[in-house]
Amino acid sequence: MSSQLIFFILAALSILSALFVVFSKNPIYSVIWLIVCFFSIAGHYIILNAQFLAIVHIIVYAGAIMVLMLFTVMLLNLNKATEPHKPLLYKFAAMISGGLMLLVLLASMRSTELGSYNAPAYTESGYVQNVGMVLFTEFLLPFEMTSVLFIAAMIGAVVLAKKEVH
Amino acid sequence: MSVIVFKAILVVVLFLVSLGIAAYSTYAERKIAAFLQDRIGPDRAGPFGLLQPIADGVKMFLKEEIIPTLSDKFLFILGPSMFMVTTLMVSAVIPWGLPLDIGGEMFALQVADVNIGILYVLGVVSLGVYGIMIGGWASNNKYALLGAIRASSQMISYELAMGMSVVAILLMTNGSLSLNHIVEAQGTGKLYGFINISGMNWNVFYQPVAFLIFLICAFAEANRTPFDLPESESELIGGFHTEYSSMKLGLYLFGEYINMFISSAIISCLFFGGYNFPGIEYLGTILPHNILSIISVLVLFGKIFFFIFFFMWVRWTIPRFRYDQLMRLGWQVLMPIAIVNVLLTALGITLFGN
Repeated sequence: MSSQLIFFILAALSILSALFVVFSKNPIYSVIWLIVCFFSIAGHYIILNAQFLAIVHIIVYAGAIMVLMLFTVMLLNLNKATEPHKPLLYKFAAMISGGLMLLVLLASMRSTELGSYNAPAYTESGYVQNVGMVLFTEFLLPFEMTSVLFIAAMIGAVVLAKKEVH
Repeated sequence: MSVIVFKAILVVVLFLVSLGIAAYSTYAERKIAAFLQDRIGPDRAGPFGLLQPIADGVKMFLKEEIIPTLSDKFLFILGPSMFMVTTLMVSAVIPWGLPLDIGGEMFALQVADVNIGILYVLGVVSLGVYGIMIGGWASNNKYALLGAIRASSQMISYELAMGMSVVAILLMTNGSLSLNHIVEAQGTGKLYGFINISGMNWNVFYQPVAFLIFLICAFAEANRTPFDLPESESELIGGFHTEYSSMKLGLYLFGEYINMFISSAIISCLFFGGYNFPGIEYLGTILPHNILSIISVLVLFGKIFFFIFFFMWVRWTIPRFRYDQLMRLGWQVLMPIAIVNVLLTALGITLFGN
């Protein structure tokens, strides 16, 4: 019962903070609301007893990626005076693509069956040892492929950012 | 007494102890600085100046509070609050001593023995940077912003080497991330397999390189000299807290000392056996259990106080790094050494067993 209550609080928090990300005028506040959103999602992981996933989510997203994002936004020094005025064409393009997205979502939701799902009462599958075991036996190939992908992205970023040496 | 009540009491005690130690660390810092520079130090408030932290606290609370006109008021207040909260959160997973026996029931002296212990520490430490960044940006001052940016890039860089040095320790304890297991493993078994002193099987004897890397990174994460670039007063006035006054400045200064206390506790737990001490088994046979638990807590605090002293000793001995030197040390020296250390540890465990 109490875990259901916690779920509803967390769910409301994640939806509200996600909405604030979009509606905040100040980009710094958007970033901070996004951090709140990540925390509430980590809370969902903890309810599912996936502690490892929760803490990795916080370390990677809230601890590293969002710091870099905040960094960029702070240095850009965005405010009303310097904000470039967007042409009308862009606004129409954004509206049409947003509408198409809504259409796809609605179409997919119409055909979804909302059955009930009985979650297992208590699992230890989210513990570090079990996640590691599964990752390095059953899902070894996807895991290694992902790391190759990351290395490719990293080398690409270095190549793009590096100034040519004459 | 139910577990919940005990944990609640433990949380309150930990909170008060952290604040008390932080307050007296400011006194200790000034006394140690005075000793190292052949001065007397604070000696006016009370005997030997022992009431100095209280006088400082009263001063901090009574000073005029200034919020700059062009600052973002909400974020300006949020910054120091977040910094304080994140520094206090880490102490939840540290095992402070052997369990206490109250009315036949055993109560662990640890707020939460989570499966992901050390990852929790790294996660919360990585959040500590938000307090500094938000405060530095909200001040609307270029020196504060520069200090905040230095702090965040420094902390992100040193977290990597810190995490890598911890991996070597995790390999030693069969991959358990729980701080409780890591401390317990150092209290059992023989040192190097043949030196039979109970409670002396400390990780530092197996992993001196990882210890050095972790220690250096702890200095950088706590923004202490020689890595106090974020607030280097000769370049940035006061760094990220230039615009702060009154108790909001006090929270930033206080948070730094709590950071130091917690880092010392983590170093003691990971590398110096936590609450274990030589002869713990023998004392366990002649003393009642609760007395032994209290001795184990005192031993842990002894180790913590030594490391706090070490932090201060270094501060008044080594000058500040230059920023490019700091980055080069983190990325080009500590990271490769930490990775090689992990590989060698894994190789050693594969070849020779444990």
